[in-house]
Amino acid sequence: MTDTVHPLTAHERAHESAESRRGFLLALPAYLYLLVFFALPLAIVFVYSFATRNRTGGTDLSGWNLDSYGRLGDEIVTRVVMRSFGLAMVTTIVCLLLAYPFAYFVSTRRPAVRGLLLVGVMIPFWTNFLVRNYAWRVLLSNDGPVSELTQLLGLGETRILFTQTAVVLGLVYSFLPFMILPLYASLERIDGRLVEASRDLYASSWASFRRVILPLSRPGAIAGSILVFVPSFGAYVTPAILGGDKKPLLGSYIVSQFLTARNWPFGASLSAVLIVVMLSATLVYFRAGGRNL
Amino acid sequence: MIRGWTARLLGSATGLVYFFLYAPVLLLVVFSFSADRNVGRWGGFTLDWYREFGANAEVQDALRISLQVAVVSTLIATVLGTMAALALERFRFRGKKVFDALLYLPIIIPDVTMAVMMLLFFTWSLDLVDTVTGFTLRKGVGTVVVSHIAFNISFVSVVVRARLDGMDQTLEQAAADLYATRWQAFRHVTLPLILPGVLGGALLALTLSLDDVVVTQFASGPGSTTLPVFVFSLIRKGVTPLINAVSVVMLVISVLLVVLSLIAQRASSSDEPATE
Repeated sequence: MTDTVHPLTAHERAHESAESRRGFLLALPAYLYLLVFFALPLAIVFVYSFATRNRTGGTDLSGWNLDSYGRLGDEIVTRVVMRSFGLAMVTTIVCLLLAYPFAYFVSTRRPAVRGLLLVGVMIPFWTNFLVRNYAWRVLLSNDGPVSELTQLLGLGETRILFTQTAVVLGLVYSFLPFMILPLYASLERIDGRLVEASRDLYASSWASFRRVILPLSRPGAIAGSILVFVPSFGAYVTPAILGGDKKPLLGSYIVSQFLTARNWPFGASLSAVLIVVMLSATLVYFRAGGRNL
Repeated sequence: MIRGWTARLLGSATGLVYFFLYAPVLLLVVFSFSADRNVGRWGGFTLDWYREFGANAEVQDALRISLQVAVVSTLIATVLGTMAALALERFRFRGKKVFDALLYLPIIIPDVTMAVMMLLFFTWSLDLVDTVTGFTLRKGVGTVVVSHIAFNISFVSVVVRARLDGMDQTLEQAAADLYATRWQAFRHVTLPLILPGVLGGALLALTLSLDDVVVTQFASGPGSTTLPVFVFSLIRKGVTPLINAVSVVMLVISVLLVVLSLIAQRASSSDEPATE
């Protein structure tokens, strides 16, 4: 923004306001669309979260109350939330451990090789999400390839389908690129001279990694962790395909409030909480400089 | 540059990540040609499941609806998203900050919440239309398209903005200096320059539309089941070799879209003046 310090002439001011009007008109169609079909639905979720479920399973919008929020403290709810939180944390940590050496290795290659290696990560990321999760369903099926492999190795049958291990596997598989890309971006922009300087000052390669590279790549690690954690926390498709029905996670629990339990106000209040969690995480992400990654 | 055993260790970790990313999908392709009824076992080569795919009317209907929804929502979202990107990158106007934030929300919101938003919104608004005008509208292909546009505008605008951001503005200024009208400058200078970005955004929108399960499931009504929603419901009932074949078809479509977008990106990086 290069706001002029000296006062504008009348002509300049007229020009400026015409420009402003043009910009506004250009943005208007998308603006209106998002207001009606995104902001309004978002507001309606909050309205429903204060509503009451009536006897027929419908929803009375009159008479706002906090009943649905009161239910958030129920033991079943806290258990579902803690379970989802735990799984999302494990997923994030596994992604971080897998992505760091990968991103570090890629960032030390020649630029041409780097581009190629990154495209190799982007392709599965663009590939159909449902299909990627289904592939694990096939791999982990009874007498499937993974089970056969472990039997061949003398480890016995693998029976992890419909367990939380399978869900974590599916989530890591789905969101690993979200961790790799910001990590790579922050590792790639580290000034090589800083690393050289630390070596010149007799730091061992481990010390220079720990004291120079690791701290400088922290913004990428934070950004990547949020990008993995948020969708894992609210995941629905992956647990539905790879997890069991006995231990519901937040995403499927919310969906079930609408499709089977027919308690819309409660489902809406759960969604509202998820939205608030997501928004706070996003604020942290931008604070960490995520937008520049 | 790192060398020696560290490099070798990191290199093998990288190889492992690639194996992890690609092996499952490639194995799925292999199994889609397997004659064994068990989805994860090799029983000799067959094309039966693909024949079943071609003969199954439900699958064909779902595929057709998916393509319709994807194409229509992509066209509209691309126009709206590109206009939004131009407004944000080239103009200053009142309410710009709010618009910018609003445009980011659909990208970061979890798909389950977006699905809930659409369900509640359509229930409420179709009810409202019914009481006010007496027209009874139902959820269907139209509501699915509306919901897909709602998330695709944001993705298109992000891609186009990235393109506009990295673009040299001197050409646009030169056009203005040479008395081109705003429209002429846009039509002959800006648009050709951002076209790879617009194309990239459109391909991303197509991909996302063909990918979506949850939002579609909540925004659709009878007769508007898309292929991912159909496949998802099949998987939940139990896996069959037919799902393998349908999955591979979806895989091929999405890989085609990736390849196209990589070509669009290549075009965008090669016609850029060498700044790096």
